[in-house]
Amino acid sequence: MQEIKREDLIAKAAQLLADGTVDRVIGWKKGEFDYDVTPAVFTTKEELENEFVWNDFCGANFSKYIKKEAEKSESKVMAFLKPCDTYSFNQLLTEYKFDREKVYVVGVPCNGMLDDSKIKESASGISSVTEENGKVVVDTLYDGKITLERADVLAERCANCKSKKHAAYDELLGTEGEVLDSKRFDEVEKLEKMTPDERFAFWQNELSRCIRCNACRNICPACTCEKCVFDNPASGVENKAISDSFEEKMFHIIRAFHVVGRCTDCGECSRVCPQNIPLHLLNRKFIKDINGFYGEYQAGAEVGSRAPIVDYTKEDLEPSEAVERGEENA
Amino acid sequence: MRKISLDKLDQLFAEISSKSALYIPVDTAAGAKFEKYDGTKKMSDALNTVRSAKDFFFPQTENLVDFKVEGKTIEIKETVKEDEDFVVFGVRACDVKSFEILDRVFLADPVDNFYKNRRDHGIIVSMACTRPAETCFCQTFGIDATAPAGDIECHKTTDAVYLEAKTDKGAKLLKSLNALTEDADASAVEAQKAQTKEVFKKLPLAGLDASAFGDGKTNEFFNAPEWKTLSESCLGCGTCTFVCPTCQCYDIKDFNTGHEVKRFRCWDSCMYSDFTRMAHGNPRLTQVERFRQRFMHKLVYYPTNNEGIFGCVGCGRCMAKCPINMNIVKVMKKLGGNK
Repeated sequence: MQEIKREDLIAKAAQLLADGTVDRVIGWKKGEFDYDVTPAVFTTKEELENEFVWNDFCGANFSKYIKKEAEKSESKVMAFLKPCDTYSFNQLLTEYKFDREKVYVVGVPCNGMLDDSKIKESASGISSVTEENGKVVVDTLYDGKITLERADVLAERCANCKSKKHAAYDELLGTEGEVLDSKRFDEVEKLEKMTPDERFAFWQNELSRCIRCNACRNICPACTCEKCVFDNPASGVENKAISDSFEEKMFHIIRAFHVVGRCTDCGECSRVCPQNIPLHLLNRKFIKDINGFYGEYQAGAEVGSRAPIVDYTKEDLEPSEAVERGEENA
Repeated sequence: MRKISLDKLDQLFAEISSKSALYIPVDTAAGAKFEKYDGTKKMSDALNTVRSAKDFFFPQTENLVDFKVEGKTIEIKETVKEDEDFVVFGVRACDVKSFEILDRVFLADPVDNFYKNRRDHGIIVSMACTRPAETCFCQTFGIDATAPAGDIECHKTTDAVYLEAKTDKGAKLLKSLNALTEDADASAVEAQKAQTKEVFKKLPLAGLDASAFGDGKTNEFFNAPEWKTLSESCLGCGTCTFVCPTCQCYDIKDFNTGHEVKRFRCWDSCMYSDFTRMAHGNPRLTQVERFRQRFMHKLVYYPTNNEGIFGCVGCGRCMAKCPINMNIVKVMKKLGGNK
């Protein structure tokens, strides 16, 4: 259950459209079912009333759409942003990816989003997903109503939410939250405790499932190259096929390196992966290492901050020391 | 019709796999997938595999030819080899139908030898559906999920699997399993089919109608203004095309290993920026055109070239996997007018 109601979001969007603050609204559009929500641009109150949705399945991060819309026109676009989305928003601003003046941000509190694939593990033939008394109630074709604990079907990234506090907004609806002390590095620690062989086997198993659909890259707020090197036939590394069963590690590891210090840990890569590869763990490993080597750093917490990896201070770890510490972990 | 009790299913798998490679759907942490039977694997009850069964006949990548240039000589190495027979067990009706759609492309003149080789050697043992999902819409395309056909058609009840040969290839395989199976009458199967058909009538997409699309409708839909809004949130990833059982586009490329050249074929996606890129560039400059291509191909171009047969089988994989939940059902409803 979310704190703010759909009607309140529609009223806010309609007001901003009516008073001319913005002429487009990026929001979520309802689908065929309760869970298949699609990001969309709304321009009228009628569209909002007919198709806008705000429920437990509005997990999609709008970064790619904000960038695209901000480039489109001189007028402002409004975007509803959850706390985690605002970190991506700030990071894009830090990289000068769009003009801040073109976007009006309405912050919305988020109580965590649900993962429909987790719901489908317990329910088939889903007719509706609603909430009653803090529990998720799934009406099904075969087994009637199934009641699930919210915590059991929460998206992984939401179960490990790093912040309920917005890092940016022009206007906030509802109550502001706090930066949280999450357990998001627990899984990384498990990987660190493995032997190199075990870890290799873990990633080989995970990455060998990659079908190179590029969904992780295309949704990633940090992947904003105008032309990805892997899409460029002139680059010499353009590749839409997997040349061997473990070649995929190169694509994913290169991508993870490329977003180091810029990845806000929004978790979209893992959400969209059709093969359920836990790609976020690669990024979290880098974030954990940066925190350990250079002090706590959260990409997107503030606009204009310099990631330790591209910054220099006299206190910086010497490369040799980083290698030694890495070996301790190996 | 023959039957085998569920507790003897492992023996059936062992028998089949003793003569040829056998693939069955198994549950994994990442969803159901076809895996080679090794004597221990258990058949998944999942409605469908994450990736479709087209992979058996049209793999994501395959080597077509290798060549080596030395001075003025070119050495050409054939990579195609005669496949051995293999059996795919538990293919759903939607995927069985997808083979027919692929056949019309790859077996039409000029015949694709790589594909034909695998089709000739593959035996399809289908499995009737009993619990379709809310994302299923095979019936829109006239597919009966309770009669999935293939070489052998199976129906799984609470205590047995019923098997019926549908082709000569299937009859031969089924006969070779006679020691394990027994004769059965069709009453249990018929009762189950009737029950499942009732479920199909209640599915949320039961009323989805494709009749607005089809043969000769290119001009009607090509310039529809709706393509712009339908495609506006498309990320241009290849998920829908790669989980799709009927997507058939591919690219052929050379990979220089440093000492020889491998010419390989790999799946391509109309969603990608370099899809059908030619000397002058890509004919589809924006995602609107790329997006339109995918759905026009399935709903209009394919039927136009194939006696009205649609290029979609309603398996629902794209509905389940699209990162932003845009899919052919939403396209059909928006363009076809049936809300």
